[in-house]
Amino acid sequence: MAKVTIDGKTIEVPDGTTILNAARMIGGNVVPPAMCYYSHLKTSGGYCRTCLVKVTKGSEKDPRPMPKPVASCRTTVMDGMEVQNMTAPDLQEARAGVVEFLLINHPLDCPICDQAGECHLQDLGYEHGKARTRYEFKRRTFPMTDIGKYIKLHVNRCILCYRCVKVADQLCPGRVHGVMYRGDVAEISTYIKNAVEHEMCGNMIDVCPVGALTDMTFRFKNRVWFTKPVDAHRSCDKCCGKVRLWYKGEEVLRVTARKDQWGEVQTFDGKPGWICNSCRFEHKLTSDWVIEGPSHIDRHSVISANHYELKEGHKKTDKPRKNLEGKRIQLGEGALDPNNK
Amino acid sequence: MSRKLLLTHNDVPGIQSYEVYRQQGGYASVEKALKTMAPDAVTEEVKKSGLRGRGGAGFPTGMKWSFLAKPPGVARYLVCNADESEPGTFKDRYLMERIPHLLVEGMITASYALGANTSFIYIRGEYFYVSRILEKAIEEAYAAGWLGRNILGTDYSLDLYVQVGAGAYICGEETALLESLEGKRGNPRIKPPFPAVAGLYGCPTVVNNVETIAAVVPIVMQGGDEYAKIGVGKSTGTKLISASGHINKPGVYEIEMGVPVEEFIYSEKYCGGIRNGKKLKAVVAGGSSVPILPADLILKTAKGEPRLMTYESMADGGFATGTMLGSGGFIVMDEDTSIVKNLWNFSRFYHHESCGQCSPCREGTGWMEKILHKILDGHGTLEDIDLLWDIQSKIEGKTICPLGDAAAWPVASAIRHFRAEFEEYVKNPKGIKDVKHYYRIHKLQEA
Ligand SMILES: Cc1cc2nc3c(=O)[nH]c(=O)nc-3n(C[C@H](O)[C@H](O)[C@H](O)COP(=O)(O)O)c2cc1C
Ligand code: SF4
Ligand code: SF4
Ligand code: FES
Repeated sequence: MAKVTIDGKTIEVPDGTTILNAARMIGGNVVPPAMCYYSHLKTSGGYCRTCLVKVTKGSEKDPRPMPKPVASCRTTVMDGMEVQNMTAPDLQEARAGVVEFLLINHPLDCPICDQAGECHLQDLGYEHGKARTRYEFKRRTFPMTDIGKYIKLHVNRCILCYRCVKVADQLCPGRVHGVMYRGDVAEISTYIKNAVEHEMCGNMIDVCPVGALTDMTFRFKNRVWFTKPVDAHRSCDKCCGKVRLWYKGEEVLRVTARKDQWGEVQTFDGKPGWICNSCRFEHKLTSDWVIEGPSHIDRHSVISANHYELKEGHKKTDKPRKNLEGKRIQLGEGALDPNNK
Repeated sequence: MSRKLLLTHNDVPGIQSYEVYRQQGGYASVEKALKTMAPDAVTEEVKKSGLRGRGGAGFPTGMKWSFLAKPPGVARYLVCNADESEPGTFKDRYLMERIPHLLVEGMITASYALGANTSFIYIRGEYFYVSRILEKAIEEAYAAGWLGRNILGTDYSLDLYVQVGAGAYICGEETALLESLEGKRGNPRIKPPFPAVAGLYGCPTVVNNVETIAAVVPIVMQGGDEYAKIGVGKSTGTKLISASGHINKPGVYEIEMGVPVEEFIYSEKYCGGIRNGKKLKAVVAGGSSVPILPADLILKTAKGEPRLMTYESMADGGFATGTMLGSGGFIVMDEDTSIVKNLWNFSRFYHHESCGQCSPCREGTGWMEKILHKILDGHGTLEDIDLLWDIQSKIEGKTICPLGDAAAWPVASAIRHFRAEFEEYVKNPKGIKDVKHYYRIHKLQEA
């Protein structure tokens, strides 16, 4: 075990834990933002540099501070380590710099982007961005491409976080997709007009932190904050079958994996809850699913607008509810139930 | 006195061939090491020699070797970094082209010390003809029994391969080099783990520069202590310097560490002074990635002492008044040189060569280049100079590999020491020939 102090808050974590994960264990605003790290994808992280922190004391054994900011998602803690995140003004300045770099080639057209409301770069820009950009030159632009029958790629919005590359590498054998070229002309692409068709490739859409990879069965059908997320499951032999259905009225507009508070796919029975293309793209009827209830949505997210959940103690309503699979139930305290006819 | 340890036989006709090299005493270090020394004893000599890596960072070679993990039953590798893509640096090419067997000999001796049975020379694609020269030397070494199974009848065996890169500067960064060698995209790896623990194919690996490996030959022959007597302080031995720019005698020079910079530039033995009797304006002392210094600071340290060609003296005063010896790419600029233009040229290079993995380097290098071009073309503002300063500070120290720093340092130092020149470009724009052309190229957005 190693004792680590982040922004004055101390926690003991197992050896080998990264600074980022230690911060997540503490929670609150000591947690650095992470645009490229994804805990369920091996070797992810290290690329975007948004999670940089200052190590002011290396360890009990070697208390020297680290000379440069380190990527908290790829740096493991040491016993006695002291870290600054929000408490270091120069680090906040550096982070604002990273955000500015990320926004050079990412258009600030959130109002028309399919990812709006679910985009971490949008949050980051809001928290660290400046009202005006200092960049005056032409941005890079690419045509949109269909990389298979389900996914549309818009490289304009890509921040080269490599998450989809890791999905392709780790979940979809027979890889056909990756990064081409280098520097600021580098682009995510399929190799020589290949199509991304592996049964698990839809997860690329879920891991994309921005609106570069979009679900062709959903894109621009609605704004995400007008939809109602509901947890549901079905038995599936290809994946865990645990999903989130996004309803507009009685219609399922989109199916995604369930995400945790860090915006990553949830873990079930110790395994990441990746979902297959069949659950994601081909089962869009309520009757395909066993409905569990409204999804938990963090209050900071715009999706939580008009979204009401039952709190633990409030599960019982005055009038007895039938079970959720029942045909007709009484809506209690804003519980949203798509089965309620 | 100037001793030569690497280029001793440089002028001997036919030294490229095995026979001549052998006649000059070549491969004696292999004989000495394999027959009379344990592998660790070779490492010990390298440690004693104080040899510092000649690839740029100057990390002590013996120490690097002693970090090499040695789990039983796991292969170890020695990889020679012959990528040499730093603008202004061309010493490794000279050495490999002139005395290829010196590198082959060094590779065998160093591989023996490290317990590597397979070693690689990773050479940049543009040096294709040099790779041919090396391949021929390796073939000759195999034929003469210096490579292969049971070398000199000992139980030590070694295979040596040359691998040609596809021409990307980033593949000179040691972890990107290993990725490339494994047949992947040349992206730097995130450290730790360091190559000494998990390098090529996940096995413990040492990556060393061509000159570093060549220096192992004289170290083994004369002993580490003798080698350490050459030079000044922690900068021991000799160093190859590739001198270019506005000097009378550009070329590759082997110097003893500690030669005063002034002597190096002006003496007939080395650069022979500035071309056409012009005045010295600035020097980039260690390849394009190190901070540029104006004449007064390159000749004397901030304390007014003569600056020497050593790691310490070059770095004296930090980046405020000093620079780095780097890879020894010594670029001299006379009084007529435009710093802004040269900086733009460097920036163009780093922009082009960024691998694109981390956001500050990927986006920042291009941004800097564009602003420099704007200033050069007479459209810059004073705010642009501050903006450049700010951008470089947001790249430096915040990236995965040091290419980000390499792009930022020249910009920082040029502004630090030559700000007046930038302002001149802004206030009295001269070089503009065709404004429309400028806007066309850059498709500049209207404010
Ligand atoms: C962008 C970049 C390019 C580099 N290119 C070279 C190179 O061409 N040759 C070289 O020997 N070292 C190069 N290096 C340094 C290597 O990463 C490494 O430090 C060196 O090969 C170690 O050898 P040494 O200890 O013998 O100096 C480069 C480093 C960076 C960051
Ligand atoms: S497409 Fe999305 S997931 Fe893939 S690299 Fe770009 S931003 Fe990341
Ligand atoms: S600093 Fe530049 S070259 Fe190095 S890893 Fe980052 S993007 Fe690639
Ligand atoms: S989240 Fe750590 S570098 Fe991107």
